[in-house]
Amino acid sequence: MSTPIQLRPDETFILNVGPQHPATHGVLRVKMEMDGEYIVKSETVLGYIHRMHEKMGENRTYAQYLPNLSRLDYLGALGYTHGHVLAIERAAGIEVPERAEYIRAITVELNRVASHLFWFGAFVMDLGGFSPLMYAIQDREHILDMLEAVTGARLTYCYYRFGGLYNDIDDDFIEAAKRFIPRMRKSLKKYAALVTGNIIFQKRLEGIAPVSAEMCRKYGATGPVARGSGINFDVRKNEPYSVYPEFDFDVPVYHECDSMARYKVRMDEMEQSLRIIEQGLEKLPGGPIMAEKKPKNIKLPVGDFYQAVETARGSFGIRIVSDGDKNAYRLKLRSPTYSNMHLFDEACEGMLIMDALAFMGSLDLVIPEMDR
Amino acid sequence: MSLTLLNVIVAVVIAIAFAAANAAYLVWAERRGAARIQRRPGPNINGPFGLLQPPLDGIKLMTKQLMIPGGADKILFMVAPVLAMAPAIMSFVTIPFSKGIAAHNMEIGVLMIFAFASMGAMAILFAGWGSRNKYSVMASVRAVSQNVSYEIPMLITAITVVMVNGSMDLKAISTAQAGGFWHWNIFPSLHSPLMPISFIIFFICSLAETNRAPFDLGEAESELVAGFHTEYGSMGFGLFFMGEYANIVIGASLTTILFLGGWDCPFGMFPGVWWFLLKIYLLIATFIWIRWTFPRTTIYGLLNLSWKILIPISLFNLLLTAGLLKVF
Repeated sequence: MSTPIQLRPDETFILNVGPQHPATHGVLRVKMEMDGEYIVKSETVLGYIHRMHEKMGENRTYAQYLPNLSRLDYLGALGYTHGHVLAIERAAGIEVPERAEYIRAITVELNRVASHLFWFGAFVMDLGGFSPLMYAIQDREHILDMLEAVTGARLTYCYYRFGGLYNDIDDDFIEAAKRFIPRMRKSLKKYAALVTGNIIFQKRLEGIAPVSAEMCRKYGATGPVARGSGINFDVRKNEPYSVYPEFDFDVPVYHECDSMARYKVRMDEMEQSLRIIEQGLEKLPGGPIMAEKKPKNIKLPVGDFYQAVETARGSFGIRIVSDGDKNAYRLKLRSPTYSNMHLFDEACEGMLIMDALAFMGSLDLVIPEMDR
Repeated sequence: MSLTLLNVIVAVVIAIAFAAANAAYLVWAERRGAARIQRRPGPNINGPFGLLQPPLDGIKLMTKQLMIPGGADKILFMVAPVLAMAPAIMSFVTIPFSKGIAAHNMEIGVLMIFAFASMGAMAILFAGWGSRNKYSVMASVRAVSQNVSYEIPMLITAITVVMVNGSMDLKAISTAQAGGFWHWNIFPSLHSPLMPISFIIFFICSLAETNRAPFDLGEAESELVAGFHTEYGSMGFGLFFMGEYANIVIGASLTTILFLGGWDCPFGMFPGVWWFLLKIYLLIATFIWIRWTFPRTTIYGLLNLSWKILIPISLFNLLLTAGLLKVF
């Protein structure tokens, strides 16, 4: 039989959002202490999908570890493998041909657009609007088809190699990319008119969930979350790598600190990525795609190496401590959403649960990347 | 006496059949409509245009096991889905589809429909409380506060119409609007210059009353999993689902009768049940269209809209109409 529930008027209750909950888009668990609909305290519990990627990095050779990196973030996988190959190339002193670097930049930016498109759809779905997801997925499909043709995979790419690429892009890819850019620009205009201009959408995001620049620095938030809080930091501009210095692009920064600012940063970033792709296709040099002098078994010199790249979610860093062997002595991944997520506990105190979950959506969480 | 009883029984059976058929095929229409908006095919495998989907869904729901969660209040848990569906069916009894087609005409039809409509909130409260699930309780509290605050402007607007037409009889209200679209209540007249605004208020309220998007806070799936029917499976869920669609039909019918002239033809020709059906299905199509285009509002935005905007406007409208009726 049921026993009556006795609650004092000032009593709070614990609400477990997750590990299985539609808003967390994965196995994330947030323990919320609730006072009615208001959140008194929240505690993020991670580790439900921990796969020991860092330990695997210590047990495998550098080349064997390459596919692991694309299993971190299944939406923007190329950026992570890019970080790894850049770190190894710099440490081992491998010269990468220019054509390979350009193709890397083009594919990474295409992947960034795909990732942001999926985020856009999922975010509007979190707010209760289901239809934009279908439109975003259709645009993303074009990118996945293009990338599938050159990399052989649709999500978990293993396209980059130490010193170059697995295979060259063909004319079909270039044609498809050139067709895609104006199409995507048209779509972005449509999204701005249909979603960004919607009054309910604006009311739900503007002034909601403020994250100050101090809070971003305190928790080490990067990427669109930090840029939505007025921090002008983008690894591609501030610590340039690959061929990014040769591209002309802007870093969108908004100072409103609310969910709308984070939304706008990502929407503007898609346009900037399209600009990079456009310039990359224009400047694309000929030549080989693989370094000529490359050791068969890569062994890094003794030392401590770090490489940061800007992925779709923020600054991704890989730190390799080598003792001169063919696998790393210690390998540490700094994943952007891990830091971005930890804002949530402090920022959502006193918020309504529906605003808090909209805020969680605006952080663009990918749980496997957070838990690694 | 026995003939009257037989009449009522037949009428109720027809009302149940109409409600159930509408609920089943509106699910199909909604899924097809949503698919069209989202550029995908929707259910198209079973039967022509997927028309066999609703009966098959019904069979699937009926063959599933009815689960009652541990610690749930069994009586409330079982009563709630019935209470969601039954008032919706009862409301059909008094709705006049045309001059001759009405199960049972009542002089207080408007009152009866509103009385049954407010029982829907009770079903949601019972379901949320009886499930013993935190998400369900939160959702049901939301849904009830929403229903209570939207019933007020809806009733005030309905009273305005009743005052203008001088009757609570739905048939009489429809007949008073006969003879072309310029006679309909939606058009401003000397007695009621703010009628178009009343229509908009009534339409928004009927969206909110049926817990439809963008006011579907009771079943906000990204926050409260499935809201008040999280713990329901089998036909318990099926009844909630059908009740929602039956309520949509009621809302559309009531809007049609109160504002759009009931079965009257816009050009004064061939009045009949077909015009009534055309009007309600156009309204329902608008409901579906709105649901798949807008994101969800917040709970405070929703309550603010009702208490700060809709209620003052509808009250002002009521007073203005009363004054004008007295003067002219």
